Amino acid sequence: MTLMDKKEGKGEYWRWLEYRSIMPGRDWRNAEVITAGVDVGSVGSKAVIMADGEIYSWSVMRTGSNSSDSAKKALGWAMEGTGLKLNNFNYIVGTGYGRVNVPMANRAITEIACHAKGANYIWGPTVRTVLDVGGQDVKAIRCDERGKVVSFLMNDKCAAGTGRGMEVIADLLQIPIADVGKVSLSVNEEPEPVSSTCVVFAKTEAVGLLRKGWSKDKVLAAYLRAMAIRMSELIEKVGCERDFVITGGQSKNIGIVHRVENILGMKRLPVPSLEETGLDPMAAGAMGAALFAKALHERSMKR
Amino acid sequence: MLTAGIDMGTQRVKVAILKDNQIISRSQNFCGFEPTKAAEQAFEEAMKSVQLSRDQLQHVTATGAGVNMAPFSDSTISMMGADARAGAYFFPSARTIIDVGAEDARAVSCDENGTMLDFVVNARCAAGAGTFIEAMARALEVELEEMGTLSLKADRASPINASCVIFAESDVVSLIHREEPKPEIARAIFDAMAERVSSMVRRLGVKPDVILVGGVAKDAGFVSSLKRTLGMDILIPEESLFAGAVGAALIAAKRAGKGR
Repeated sequence: MTLMDKKEGKGEYWRWLEYRSIMPGRDWRNAEVITAGVDVGSVGSKAVIMADGEIYSWSVMRTGSNSSDSAKKALGWAMEGTGLKLNNFNYIVGTGYGRVNVPMANRAITEIACHAKGANYIWGPTVRTVLDVGGQDVKAIRCDERGKVVSFLMNDKCAAGTGRGMEVIADLLQIPIADVGKVSLSVNEEPEPVSSTCVVFAKTEAVGLLRKGWSKDKVLAAYLRAMAIRMSELIEKVGCERDFVITGGQSKNIGIVHRVENILGMKRLPVPSLEETGLDPMAAGAMGAALFAKALHERSMKR
Repeated sequence: MLTAGIDMGTQRVKVAILKDNQIISRSQNFCGFEPTKAAEQAFEEAMKSVQLSRDQLQHVTATGAGVNMAPFSDSTISMMGADARAGAYFFPSARTIIDVGAEDARAVSCDENGTMLDFVVNARCAAGAGTFIEAMARALEVELEEMGTLSLKADRASPINASCVIFAESDVVSLIHREEPKPEIARAIFDAMAERVSSMVRRLGVKPDVILVGGVAKDAGFVSSLKRTLGMDILIPEESLFAGAVGAALIAAKRAGKGR
């Protein structure tokens, strides 16, 4: 797989990389069913195009101020250079925070169902617990061997422990968002977590710690520790059963992953190589949506 | 008898000097990086304006989130205790005192003597405190002082999903892009904040008369939203910002009287 295009950030520390790819050796023209899943999150918009239920191309972008524009842009970027047109799609499913504003979608499905389905697709039928950390939500999802949701819990409209909260702290500490995990793990000894769960107060607390002479990596470690504790509490409440996986943007944050694994005393299943498989846990929701689209199309054909 | 109260808030320090339980001087200052120094300045200023020196004050009581950084003090009192005392002092009919400051909000119930009966506190979420208005004023690009008057121009509130400061910031940006009128966005912000404060007060039980104090009591937009969400009238003392300091000074007088 080659990353065809990368859009670099402009030096703002919270900005993360946007990317897309087309899986080599696959041609949508040979496929019977072409579907797409568009996941418009609060921070990231993801589109996955599937040919006969296999990933053909995908894109991950930042969500703009308008949900339907973001949906169009993400799908448009996944279609770019493929020769695909909107009327080639048999079925499109929208999901995520802005799912009702996906103009080209035939149907909207909640991101909880889509993430469980997507996790099942990425890691297979042994997945039972999915931690999805998105821009605005933290969700702990229990699912069965088919990726069907059994139960779930989510945080209550609070940025503490979310990707958006992480962006705010990255900006405050002036550490690029892609590096926060690594930097936070460079401390010799794990500090006490910051006491406040609210991002606004945690920011005040972080400034206080810096003034006290704490290093940036130590402050970051204290913040990530608090984030990880909050996430772990949510997982423990829903009940953590093997196999355990992490999806969403924060699945890339090794500082979070390591700490959650330590607190739970359980390793997550490793992330498959993006280069070889094109399976990005950040796009799990969009993958699930594209799979639901295929099932819905096939059901409508039987009628 | 001369006493003083120092209220070490998260954003500002407030000082009140009482002579025979009447306010004769008051002063305030931003805490900045050195709260103790800021408090010393405010204290000196309050004394200077009535030509007093520290040794003429019989007792000084400190309160507030930063109480352990307070200078000159003989004793301390909890923020809730100070609120109850001040509420009953300003309005003898006060039974519920709501205090909304920069970083926390609380509600205290009291009897006719200003003795605290019960309390609830929110110091865990910034969406229920003054910081919320500040962050939203920045997002709307209006002055903090203008937010109230702006919101009162609206007949309806814009739809805002987020009840978290961080999420509300991006919500406000989207609303501005959609060309929603700023007054309606401002009203939505005050409504959301008032809803959060109201649900906290309801946990305590809303017993009239309800008094609002703290820095945010000066904001006409918040007051209007709070009256609406609570469904009742609210009394606001002239010296709302100094409630904690006045309450502490009243406690100081009581303690001085007992020879403590």
